[in-house]
Amino acid sequence: MADSSASPSPAASLRRTPLHAAHVSLGGRMVEFGGWHMPVAYGAGILAEHRAVRTMVGVFDISHMGQFFLRGAGAKAWLNGVFSNQLGKIGPGQSLYGFLLNERGGVIDDLIVYQFGDERFLLVVNAAKIEEDWAWLSSHLPADGGGLKLENLSEECAALALQGPKAEEIFRAFFGPGVEPPPRLGVAVIPRGGMDFYVARTGYTGEDGFELFYPSAHAESVLRELLAIGAPHGLVPCGLGSRDSLRLEVCYPLNGSDLSPDRTPLEAGLGIFCALDKEFIGVEALRKQKAEGVSSRLAALRFTEKGPPPRPHYPVLHEGKPVGELSSGGPSPSLGAGIGLAYLPPELAKPGTVLAVEIRGQAHPAVVEKKPLYRRPS
Amino acid sequence: MNVPEDLRYAKSHEWFRPSDGAVGITDHAQAELSDVVYVELPKVGRRVQAGEKAAAVESVKAASDIYAPVSGEITEVNTALTDNSALVNTDPHGEGWMFKLRADDQAGQDALMDAAAYRALIGG
Repeated sequence: MADSSASPSPAASLRRTPLHAAHVSLGGRMVEFGGWHMPVAYGAGILAEHRAVRTMVGVFDISHMGQFFLRGAGAKAWLNGVFSNQLGKIGPGQSLYGFLLNERGGVIDDLIVYQFGDERFLLVVNAAKIEEDWAWLSSHLPADGGGLKLENLSEECAALALQGPKAEEIFRAFFGPGVEPPPRLGVAVIPRGGMDFYVARTGYTGEDGFELFYPSAHAESVLRELLAIGAPHGLVPCGLGSRDSLRLEVCYPLNGSDLSPDRTPLEAGLGIFCALDKEFIGVEALRKQKAEGVSSRLAALRFTEKGPPPRPHYPVLHEGKPVGELSSGGPSPSLGAGIGLAYLPPELAKPGTVLAVEIRGQAHPAVVEKKPLYRRPS
Repeated sequence: MNVPEDLRYAKSHEWFRPSDGAVGITDHAQAELSDVVYVELPKVGRRVQAGEKAAAVESVKAASDIYAPVSGEITEVNTALTDNSALVNTDPHGEGWMFKLRADDQAGQDALMDAAAYRALIGG
């Protein structure tokens, strides 16, 4: 047996979150991800962790993600000029998903902006993009600073994502009676045990849940406490393997795979997170593309027969001819079928289109479906 | 880790059972892979050389090639794995076998490790 996709990066050269030792002691199988040494799964395995999040609750280390804090008079107006979505839609205690775009409208990063005070914000960015986003945002600050203070606190912050239908039970058990959880997409600063938790009701799994940002010095003690409190509710630690399979089922994009500097949010089907009626970097390219029409569109595919799991970069065929490749792909534990995302000519990206995915020379039939591929039962 | 005495082992973590020519992956290998979600089996009648790719197993995250531990002809494949690939995880040395080989000669089998040598290889 030989693993054809393992990364050869030596673990010693990889970055570690403040929870690295905890992962190892909890039995995490450590792998390389975007320059970080992270658990792909723990003892129960990816499928069990996936099911735990869909039916109960799981906790993920997301400390590798970046946290930038922004404050100062005019912070909102400045951020609105570099962020694709309309920050005028939110106020303190709310959050908004959107993009940092280049002049061509291509995606530098996708992120969530959380607003605390009138002019106080937290930006949570992708792990592999921290340095690039930081340099890009810094370069667009007013020359004299304009009274704005932008801080990169990625090293100082630990972060956990508590995800699943029972996440609220864990929240209440952890923060105690009298502390109300923020509403969906809301955010609050909640003091506990002598430190402030920035608690957001957001996530990357399609389930209800919370993202907790707190001082990294307490990274492990908080995780241990959550696991102890949560065990009776079915809480299990989850790795990046299930994080990826969960997000793929609900068609959340992964930057670097489904998003890139050469693809716009309109091509990715994420135009609703771009306010074309305001000015921000990249908006002109988006307006032009909207007027002219996109030349490709990110479609969600589902296998119609049993077969090997689709993987990123496998060719997508239409009537036997290559028409694109998968940007993401894998087995869907909830649907029991292979699923994937692919940029396709718009006429082939319509739900119902019959395609195939080529795997080791064999064509496996698939159909384009409406996003998301999985919806949580209501 | 379970390392049965009646099997012979390849460095690439396949086992071979001399009594019936069955081939599978070891307990150690299935644990490393974790959840097996798909097994691609060879065609009956195909001739393979020792060390040649003969099958593939796919976990949620990765595809791995399975090599023929000895040279010979494929005589049977375990079609039960088509509907229940998890047998590779739950019973790697039993119900999780992948295919059977009619070995060309005894020399190929002699080149494989015994249980003690394989245990030493995986450090346990």
